[in-house]
Amino acid sequence: MSKIEEVRGRAVPVHGDDIDTDRIIPARFLKTITFEGLEQHVFEDDRLEAKAQGRVHPFDEPKHQGATILLAGANFGCGSSREHAPQAIKRWGIRAIIAESFAEIFFGNSLMIGMACATLPADQLQQLMALAEEQPDLEFRLDIHERTLSAGDRVVPVTMTDAVRSALLSGNWDATALLLDRYEEVEATAARLPYISGWDRAAV
Amino acid sequence: MARTLFQKVWDLHAVRTLPNGQTQLYIGLHLVHEVTSPQAFAELRERGWTVKAPHRTFATIDHIVPTAAQARPFADLMAESMTAALERNCRDYGIRFFDLASGAQGIVHVIGPEMGLTQPGMTIACGDSHTSTHGAFGAIAFGIGTSQVRDVLATQTMSISPLKVRRIEVNGQLRPGVFAKDVILHIIGKLGVKGGTGYAYEYAGDTIHRMSMDERMTICNMSIEGGARVGYVNPDETTFEYLRDRPYAPQGADFDRAVAWWKSMASDPDAVYDDVVRIDAADIAPTVTWGINPGQSVPVDGRLPHPDEVPDSERAGIVEALEFMGFDGGLRVLGTKIDVAFIGSCTNGRLSDLREAAQVVAGHKVAPHVRALVVPGSQKVAAAAEREGLDRIFQEAGFEWRRAGCSMCLAMNPDRLSGREVCASSSNRNFKGRQGSPTGRTLLMSPAMVAAAAIAGEVVDIRTWKPEAVPALA
Repeated sequence: MSKIEEVRGRAVPVHGDDIDTDRIIPARFLKTITFEGLEQHVFEDDRLEAKAQGRVHPFDEPKHQGATILLAGANFGCGSSREHAPQAIKRWGIRAIIAESFAEIFFGNSLMIGMACATLPADQLQQLMALAEEQPDLEFRLDIHERTLSAGDRVVPVTMTDAVRSALLSGNWDATALLLDRYEEVEATAARLPYISGWDRAAV
Repeated sequence: MARTLFQKVWDLHAVRTLPNGQTQLYIGLHLVHEVTSPQAFAELRERGWTVKAPHRTFATIDHIVPTAAQARPFADLMAESMTAALERNCRDYGIRFFDLASGAQGIVHVIGPEMGLTQPGMTIACGDSHTSTHGAFGAIAFGIGTSQVRDVLATQTMSISPLKVRRIEVNGQLRPGVFAKDVILHIIGKLGVKGGTGYAYEYAGDTIHRMSMDERMTICNMSIEGGARVGYVNPDETTFEYLRDRPYAPQGADFDRAVAWWKSMASDPDAVYDDVVRIDAADIAPTVTWGINPGQSVPVDGRLPHPDEVPDSERAGIVEALEFMGFDGGLRVLGTKIDVAFIGSCTNGRLSDLREAAQVVAGHKVAPHVRALVVPGSQKVAAAAEREGLDRIFQEAGFEWRRAGCSMCLAMNPDRLSGREVCASSSNRNFKGRQGSPTGRTLLMSPAMVAAAAIAGEVVDIRTWKPEAVPALA
């Protein structure tokens, strides 16, 4: 369980709102019993579509290789609960995502694997995306203590809830140990549930 | 103090506030399938943990199951290895597995309710975003990722922050040809695909309360398409009657005691909501998606948005969707030629869905250029449909009648689109590439509308469409 206090590195912008998890990792790559190798297929169909149209997807841009911070639009990661989506992004090398907004399950899944997520207003994001495109070598830095994102001389405050911030700073983003701690309280909760489930009698 | 069902269930299952500021929430029922669980079990072994509550954990296979030839080993080696992994995990940890031989296999969100596992007042988790379906029973059901599956296996709890509650009241009579699917597509169209982020949706109003459980499940199923991780309907007599005599429901006097408890979990009449939205059922038309997210829909006879006439903030998304779909802004989706018709999925693969579709299909033939599939949501749905002869109606019309599974909803099995095919689909997502071809196109609609499109060979308006009579004889 490691503490995450900052993420430094170059940024890669992925434009567009409502980028869903089927686009981040198409379902055919979910046929696996591990998460290994998913990074090879991150945004695969979007990358193929870009190529077919004579464009280059940001994840294929030589200048963005090695980036650690992903800049994205609104409702990033909507759709399926597949953790394969943040896993694929993280295994590609991304350590933090700054977006206008996130879909809820994707956001939670990202936090669970120690990938920091924070939000910024659309206009600031657009400016930072343009900056990352113009100066791909510029170092970005997400400071989780201060809740700021800096890019060169520029520093903007990001939105990150107290719970997320403290989970990253304390290393408690990996919560299983916390959940097993004081387990007698879990047992007490379970014991007082007024369920009358009928499960014990089922003979199916 | 007056509380919503969400708050009551939350309060009952909250163990404590964790040092990370989130709540540790106890999970009453954990449903497991083959896609999002193998890595969770692997980590469990690696870290030396066990499954804390195997009696609260049930598994099935649905996503990767082939729906035509089901002999083992599956032709697809990865599908076979995922199935074998789940078999081993269930065996090792004493988890009840509804496998192909059980007669109770099916899409996880179809079998939970039909087995009577899903009950009011519970917390439910499953590694699938459509877990919101179970909220139809007045349960609070969360779609979770694999790390949370691991947490629920290892601790029967998860770390989560509370949601706000938005009450969505639908009142009035639905017009002929309008189904639960149209209601939820209409709601998502109105509130947007991210309108529900941070909320649980409580569906209420007389329209919802006249609905069957199957219809309520269709509505709750697609909550996540509107951004809401959780959706629910307060339990009532319809809920209780559905559960009576189900294999895993309480029996006899226990059932009556359970009903009394279930009733007490419904939202109090004076509960306070974070938001309330009211919708007039009469405003809802048969609804069809035209774009690449479930919020991009129109009444079947309505016009698509024109990029020149939409707000600046929406233009890029609309242009991208129109281009991908090959539609011109301002035109209609009505009359769009289809290549494939798919009836099934956790949204619309239940018996009543198949009945509605069969009613449209009976006595007609699928258009010669259309490939049409009916995929029951579970083995029990398939058996019930076959007892009623629905399989014959579909097959005589030229549909393929398949075995239970997720099938063409997400193309993790042999059922998929190819190239730029257009599919009229009763499923839940029209994302780019969702149905297995990166350039394939999906039009979401009700099962009855899919059935009509299959016969007509194009998108039709079920309110006015008259199929040509099949010439007698031959």
